[in-house]
Amino acid sequence: MAERIQRKSNSSVESSEVATESLSSDSDTGQRLRAELDDLLDEIDEVLETNAEEFVRAYVQKGGE
Amino acid sequence: MIRKISGIETEYGILVRGAEQNPVLASSILINAYLQSVSAITGWDFIAEHPDMDARGAALSDVFPPEVESHLVNAVLRNGSRYYVDHAHPEISTPECSSPLDVLTYDLAAEEIVRRSVAAANQILPGDSEVLLYKNNSDGKGNSYGCHENYLVDRAVNFDDIVQGVTAHFVTRQIFCGAGKIGVENQTQRRANMPTNSFNFQISQRADFFEAEVGLETTLKRPIVNTRDEPHCDPRKYRRLHVICGDANMSQTATFLKVASTCVVLAMIEDGVFPLEIQLLDPVKAVQTVSSDPSLRSTVEFRNGKAKTALDIQRQICALALDYLSQNIACIGAESAQLLARLWPQILDSLEDRNDFALRTVDWIAKERIVLAYADRHGITGEDPKLKLLDLQYHDMRPDKCLAGRANLDRLVDETLVDLAINEPPEDTRAYFRGKCVSKWPRDVVSANWDSMVVDVGGGELRRIAMSEPQRGTRDLIGSLVDKAVTTNDLVRLLGDD
Repeated sequence: MAERIQRKSNSSVESSEVATESLSSDSDTGQRLRAELDDLLDEIDEVLETNAEEFVRAYVQKGGE
Repeated sequence: MIRKISGIETEYGILVRGAEQNPVLASSILINAYLQSVSAITGWDFIAEHPDMDARGAALSDVFPPEVESHLVNAVLRNGSRYYVDHAHPEISTPECSSPLDVLTYDLAAEEIVRRSVAAANQILPGDSEVLLYKNNSDGKGNSYGCHENYLVDRAVNFDDIVQGVTAHFVTRQIFCGAGKIGVENQTQRRANMPTNSFNFQISQRADFFEAEVGLETTLKRPIVNTRDEPHCDPRKYRRLHVICGDANMSQTATFLKVASTCVVLAMIEDGVFPLEIQLLDPVKAVQTVSSDPSLRSTVEFRNGKAKTALDIQRQICALALDYLSQNIACIGAESAQLLARLWPQILDSLEDRNDFALRTVDWIAKERIVLAYADRHGITGEDPKLKLLDLQYHDMRPDKCLAGRANLDRLVDETLVDLAINEPPEDTRAYFRGKCVSKWPRDVVSANWDSMVVDVGGGELRRIAMSEPQRGTRDLIGSLVDKAVTTNDLVRLLGDD
């Protein structure tokens, strides 16, 4: 398992470094992040439970541990 | 220093839509539905459960240790993990892992196991009822449930040294592994200060629930350092540090760093090289001070009169730990050491200005960003049910409803490895032996726990196999023996010859 993970973790190191380098400036990063967030906000109401107040009120847990 | 064998136990929040709430029954249905589709064993052996044993000495009379609930469903899975009903929650304890990367992999496998359980349970439940699960730690109404970590520690280390060394790390590590929360709970206790923003957004889910520096309880008067002394292995050689102060994480990076950083701090304490001056004057107050300030500017006081921000304390611990780690990679293994050395400084550098990396790795920052943007777009100020719903659904176990899943968080482990970990144990701890036996002889393994297994060797004759060494029972040591044995009788005979 450890060996297999090593291969993957090395490849993810490389891919994230490549991704970081490919972003030429902070403003590009900022614009991309803003666009991603706007996309999320556009679709978020379809993801959320319909009656927020009732749903949040009904979410009651017993203490655990 | 000994290898930091470690694991995570996660209690999930549970709700049944369209039915009366009975969380104990719902958790039982959930787990049993999963067990019907896989081979597992359902006999947990409680012989070694002693939650009343205190690491500071004999059991104390004025504390309330957790009760052992031996009547509820309690299974051992093929990957060596334990899946059970704890109080009123479904809980999975990962198998013992030899590296933080493996802990992360098995924590992700546990997420997939509960998702499969939900699918199976929803087939059984009447009508449109469905089970909903949340990987968080609070219902927002003063009820908390845990995500506990366990670390193997050398018995020779004085427990007071562990408390003195690890407390500052537990108080401050939340700045990168806090899961974020809207609102303040448990206000009857002394509170250092309220969150500094109009949404009452704080860094940690759990900070509100800690009332003591050190103690045995997990459900009342919770301590930052828990003293439960159940090693689940040879008690002359080891302790198991049971850590109850952490949040459950959706971010893979946060889970990895939480475990990896703690492993190295504990290894340093074992080797007597963790600096004694990093001791906080009032750790309980400091937990809340840090959690209440997402601006990260508040300082906490040391016993020596100095004061520092949590970020500065983490920078100091990180620098010392990485220096130590460069000479002692064996405490967590080369792959995890390499990853920790890269990610820990990077995440600390990302926090103040919440840069791209922080947004991809830190749960509370990813959540805070969604909350603030949603509030901004809809003109919401102050605590609001919609924002609390965002907070809750960040942790939703339904892939299509989970906001963390839409936050572009970094992945550290390939999905094929997670899939494999659902049914395969780690190869380099005793979990290998447990998992392989459950897999091969699900009917003959009568019961199991962390450090032993009872098998029926034929004709109703039972044998207990001791597993008191966490780093034995590995594939290297007993893989061929388990492969060779056709029956549990062969297994016991071959183990005897070995």
